[in-house]
Order: sequence, then C-alpha cells, then structure tokens
Amino acid sequence: MGKKQKTFGFKGGMQPPEFKSLSAHKYTDKAPIPKKVWRPYIQHTGIRTQPVVKVGDYVKVGTKIGEAQGYISVPTHASISGKVVQLEEIDHPVLPKRTLTCVIESDGQDIWEPSVKERDYSNFTKQELIQIIHDAGIVGLGGAAFPTHVKLSPPQDKPIDTLIINGCECEPYITADHQLMLERAAQIYEGIKIIAKILDVQKVIIAIEDNKPDAVLIMTEAVSPNKEYTVVQLRTKYPLGAEKQLIKALLNRTVPAGKLPFDVGVVVHNVGTVNAIYEACRYNKPLVERLVTVTGSAIKEPRNLWVRLGTPVYDLINFCGGYTAQPAKIIFGGPMMGIAQYNDELPTIKGTSGIIVMTEQETKIEPEGPCIRCARCIEVCPMNLLPCELNNFIRKKDFTKTKQYNLLDCIECGCCAYECPAKIKLVHSFIYAKREIRALEERT
Amino acid sequence: MHKELYVSVSPHLRSRISIQTIMWSVVIALIPALIGSVYFFGYRALLINGLAIVSALGFELVTQKLFGRRITVTDGSAVITGMLVAFNLPPGVPLWIPIIGSAFAIIIVKQIFGGLGYNFVNPALAARAFLVISWPQLITANWLPPQSGFLAGYDAVTQATPLSLIKTIPDISVIQNLNSWPVLKNLMLGNVGGCLGETSAVLLLIGAIYLLIRGFVNYRIPLAYIGTVALLSLILPTKLSPLFHIFSGGLMLGALFMATDYVTSPLTTQGKWIFGIGCGVLTMLIRLWGGYPEGVSYSILLMNVATPLIDRYTRPKIFGETKKQ
Repeated sequence: MGKKQKTFGFKGGMQPPEFKSLSAHKYTDKAPIPKKVWRPYIQHTGIRTQPVVKVGDYVKVGTKIGEAQGYISVPTHASISGKVVQLEEIDHPVLPKRTLTCVIESDGQDIWEPSVKERDYSNFTKQELIQIIHDAGIVGLGGAAFPTHVKLSPPQDKPIDTLIINGCECEPYITADHQLMLERAAQIYEGIKIIAKILDVQKVIIAIEDNKPDAVLIMTEAVSPNKEYTVVQLRTKYPLGAEKQLIKALLNRTVPAGKLPFDVGVVVHNVGTVNAIYEACRYNKPLVERLVTVTGSAIKEPRNLWVRLGTPVYDLINFCGGYTAQPAKIIFGGPMMGIAQYNDELPTIKGTSGIIVMTEQETKIEPEGPCIRCARCIEVCPMNLLPCELNNFIRKKDFTKTKQYNLLDCIECGCCAYECPAKIKLVHSFIYAKREIRALEERT
Repeated sequence: MHKELYVSVSPHLRSRISIQTIMWSVVIALIPALIGSVYFFGYRALLINGLAIVSALGFELVTQKLFGRRITVTDGSAVITGMLVAFNLPPGVPLWIPIIGSAFAIIIVKQIFGGLGYNFVNPALAARAFLVISWPQLITANWLPPQSGFLAGYDAVTQATPLSLIKTIPDISVIQNLNSWPVLKNLMLGNVGGCLGETSAVLLLIGAIYLLIRGFVNYRIPLAYIGTVALLSLILPTKLSPLFHIFSGGLMLGALFMATDYVTSPLTTQGKWIFGIGCGVLTMLIRLWGGYPEGVSYSILLMNVATPLIDRYTRPKIFGETKKQ
C-alpha cells in the first residue's frame, strides 16, 4: 500500500461520475498502422516546428519531419514509414485554425530508422540526456503538451527539492495512465531515475488517486528499491491532476499566481511522459506513438490502444468495433476539458490522451437559465475565483472588471460549468473573454 | 463521416442538478411546516396557502407571456414564493390578501426586475412589508389561537403572539412564565399564535435539515443569524432567554428559509457570515427597541439591500494570490 503520508487536499473541486469501467482493466493493444497519418506542425505548447521534408520524400519511422524553432519547441518525427504526399494547411484538431500539416502515406511496412535501437544510457551526462529528450520530440503527455526538456531545465536560482510523478488521471473516462502503470511500472521506474538524475533530486513522490488501488500496489513494488521514492495515494477529486492543485495537496505548497512549480522547488511529470523519456534514452526512440483511451458508450469495444501519432480517429473507432449508436459528440481529451470535434477524420496528436464518443442522450445540451446566485460554482472553483460574477461581467463586455476579478488565473477545468444548475456556459464565456482580452492587449 | 456532431465547449459532462431540482426540493422542505399550519390553524391555512400559490403561478405565467419571456412556471420558484407569502400571514386574514401579496411579490419584486435571479430583495418579505404598510390592522392582527390552546385563556385576537405580548405587557410574572419549559416546548412545536408558517420550529428544522443534507442550503447564514440572536439575548437587556428568542416569532422561518434565499444573499463565504450576523443584530435591535414586536422581515430586507456591497468587499483571495489588489 502507498505509504501513509499526510496529504493536504486542495480547496474546491468535485467528483463527477467516472465512466472508467468502460475501458479499465483491459490489456492494452496496438492499434494497426494506418494507411495515412496527418502530422500537424504544431502539437505542443510553444513555437511550431519547421518542416524539413518535402512532398515526395520517403521517410521511415523516426525520421525527423520537423525541426524545433527556438527554445520552447521540439522536433516532430514520422510515425509510419512511407511517402510524404501532402504538406499543406489543414484543420487542426485542437487549435481553432488551419495549420501546416505533413501527410504521410504508408508503404505497407513498418520500417524504422536504424538509429532506433537499444543502448546503454548510463554514461550520458545531464546535458546529453536533456538533449536526447529534446531531440526525441517529447512533450508532456498529460494533455498540456509542454516541451519536456524545458521542464527539466529549471533556472539556476530555483533549486528543486521534490519531483512529483503524476499518476492521478483525474479526468473521467480516461484510463491510459492507469493501464500504463499496471503494464510498464518497471519502465516508469527507470524513467523516474533518469529524471531524478537530470534534476539532481533525491525525493520523488508518485501521486495516484485512490480509485486505482492496483496501480498503487504495483508502483509501490516497482520503486521499492529506492527508499526516497514514495507512492502516495490521494483522495479522488477532480482536478487533482492539475499541477498546482497536486502540489498543494501533496506538499501544502501554493504556487503563486502567474508562477510555475519551479518557484516552489517542485517539478511535475506525467507517467506517460516518464515512459517516453525512458524509451528515448534506452532505445533512442522518438515520440511517435502513445497510449490513448478510445472509449464512450457509442463504440463497441472501448479500450486503451498504442496509437501511432497522426492516426485518424475513424481508424481507431473501427478497430474498436465501430459505432454502436449514432455518435453525437467526439471528444479529444477528457470530458471536462477536452475539445469536441466536428468529424471523425481528424488525427491524434501528441497531447491526445483520450477519444470519447458520446451518444445523443449523453450529449443533451440544455438551454441556459438565469444565474440564481447559488454559489455552487464558487464552492468548486479550485482557483478560488467567482465564476458567476466573471460571467456577469463578460456578458456585459466589461473586460476591465473581468481582468480585475482574475479571469486570467482560470485553468478552464470546467468544475463551475459542471455544477451550475442553470447550465450556464461558463467555460465558454471565459475562453471567449480570454481571447478578447488578449486581442485588446495586442492592439494597445 | 456523414452524420452531424455537436461541437460545444467543454465541459461535456454536467451535473444532474438543475434549477428545478433545487426549487422543488425547497418546496418539499416547506411541506412539513405547511402541514403544521393546517394542523394548528385549520382549513383557513390551507385556503391561504392555496390561494397564494395559485396566484403566484398565475401572475408569473401572465407576466412572462406579456413580457415575451420564456415561460418558467414549472421550475418551482413561484410555488416557493407563494408558500412563503402565505407563511408570513396571520391565519385570520381576508382571503384576498394572499392574492395581492403574491401579485406584489411576483409581478413587482420579481418579474419587473428581470425574473428569477434578478430580484433585489426577498419577494415574500417585500410583499409582507407592502401589506403591513397598506393594511396594517389586517396583518398585525387576525391571529387565531392554535388548536391545542396556548393562550387559550386570553381573549386575544389582537395580541396573541408571544412577542407582541412582551412589547405590551411587561408584567414580571408573565415574563417568568415565558422562559419556562412548557412555554418553550409550545414555541418549538408551533403550538402558539403567529403567522401560518413561522410557528413550528421543529417542522421548519426538519425541512432545513433535508436541504442541508442535499446541499441546497448553506449552513453559514442560519448559523450566523441564530447564533447572533442567541448571543445578543444573553448580552442585551432582555428578560427573555436565548431559547425563547430563537423559537419565537419569525426567526426560524426567516433564518432557515428567507435569509438563505440565494438571489438576495451574498455569494462569498465571508459575506454569508456577515449577512447572518447583520440580520441577527438588526432583529434584536428591532425586537428590543423598535416599534414592532418582530424584526425578522425588516432585518432581512435591509441586509438584502446591503448584499451587493458585502459581496464587493468580501472577495476571496485567489489561489496563489500574493498581494491584495
């Protein structure tokens, strides 16, 4: 069992129904190599990648197709072997615009770059390891897709004393991290050691929600050789997996508004990212596939699949037995923060942790009622904001007041909109306002 | 992909609790007190409640139609307003009074200001204040002795509530009697003269506990309100015990169901404490030194009006806020 360590919880948050049983406890499968993959040149937070291939080029799995630009950027690699057939602006699954995308058509085989092979990484220096992770194109796989090498290079004046490995997976429906911990605990342990070496940190906490007791057991067993590594079980509450809330719950440290975990001496990494780091160091394998939960009551066999990045959604749904009912909504990500798609042809990207297909009944969109000032939104906001007041100001287009009431600190977790009995589209309101405020600031 | 998909912003899951859920739960919570009012005051209680509720629904339907708004009479909020208007009336009032009360509450206080969520004071209390000003003799009299006969000896149609007795008959022996257990028991059960819904503390508490368990009422305002009244009754010059002050008059009804109205009470946690304490202070001031025997309705109305100010000055610190703006 996870060591009985004192945890502090965080204010706010709520417990939505989990729907995890749809896809949980089924051994992961490899999704078949798709006929075509679509690789947008922006799949991470930061500056987009620059193409280094052209139409007609032949690529193998692991061939670099995009070069990083600037510090907060990572390269992109081909996830199947074949020919580059298209290089043009195509709709992006997550961003509200068209982005330059590399389309590769499969050659029917699965030929990897010869440089992707097993090696001894124990003699690499910290700088070399960071370079490997950057060159492998690794970003945070928890959903934010932030370039990992940046998170492994804290500034000199910010000493790090604790590494937190995020195995919480607080979003409903998604079970990818859970399965990963059950099946790849040993690899995750190796990955943790690599990160601890890079950051020069002894104390590591692996955080897992209490709805995954088997993962707690397996991870405890896996990290037992190292006494400084502890697995802590936390009470399941959304959004515990959000960095700031997790740090508060585990260490009772509050990351100041506008700052990063670095500023309280902490670094947080998702278990999926840790596994990718291990594979990059051990096998020189770039980020070309990831574990995705394909789930929802509208598909026949929901489960977790190892997906080659760029696989279109319909391929995955077909592999899961196809639709059982008319799909009414397809979500990339989790149900609380995920992005609804307008068709099932869009490709999976680095940050796609889940694909949820909902039926018409589950998608009921009710009309907005008046705000009755019940303050349920305020009770659940993990950032201690006043969502109903913010919404009031936004509807009146008073963006000055909106900024004053700290809209920019909203993490868009969706707790407020979930609880609102009037079904007011709060998060929608906030995303709109953030864009307006940014546009106003750019104009001045 | 031939079918159409919904593309809406996250979250894609919603709680099953809606405005209707909350409103109808409050109606359910008020039913014990409704049954009590019929038990203690007879068929008139049923008539007054019925008229108030039906008028409230009717006026809301007509106003919403006239204003071209979405018809929302089934959400239960008009039923609550109707019940609370009735609960604030003496059992002997003429039957046209609840109809006018509902009209004022629904049309003027609620719908003209924008409907649900926009009223700036508690509609039922504002209606009562309007009725008291317009027909004072009808609303501050017309008491009926309860069935089991507390004050049965008194020929008291004009002064048959405990609090009004205190204001006008400061005879010591009566006061000593009023702090005794039999009297307190009657106050708690509702076996006293008073407005329809305010008399039975026990029945009101049952309803409030139901709402607390379901999470539809915040404990802070009732706790602050009742607590302040109890504390002040120990400090201020009143010969009545804290228990007497808590269980008499409209305090239980006010603290549990009227002050806690979402729309007219503060949003912030700190604000709710201030609101409750403010109501308590004003209630005791009016009870002890004001012209009226009971201060609950005016206290709550005054604090309602102060609510936007309270909200503005009790904004909570956000997560990670380092300096106060």
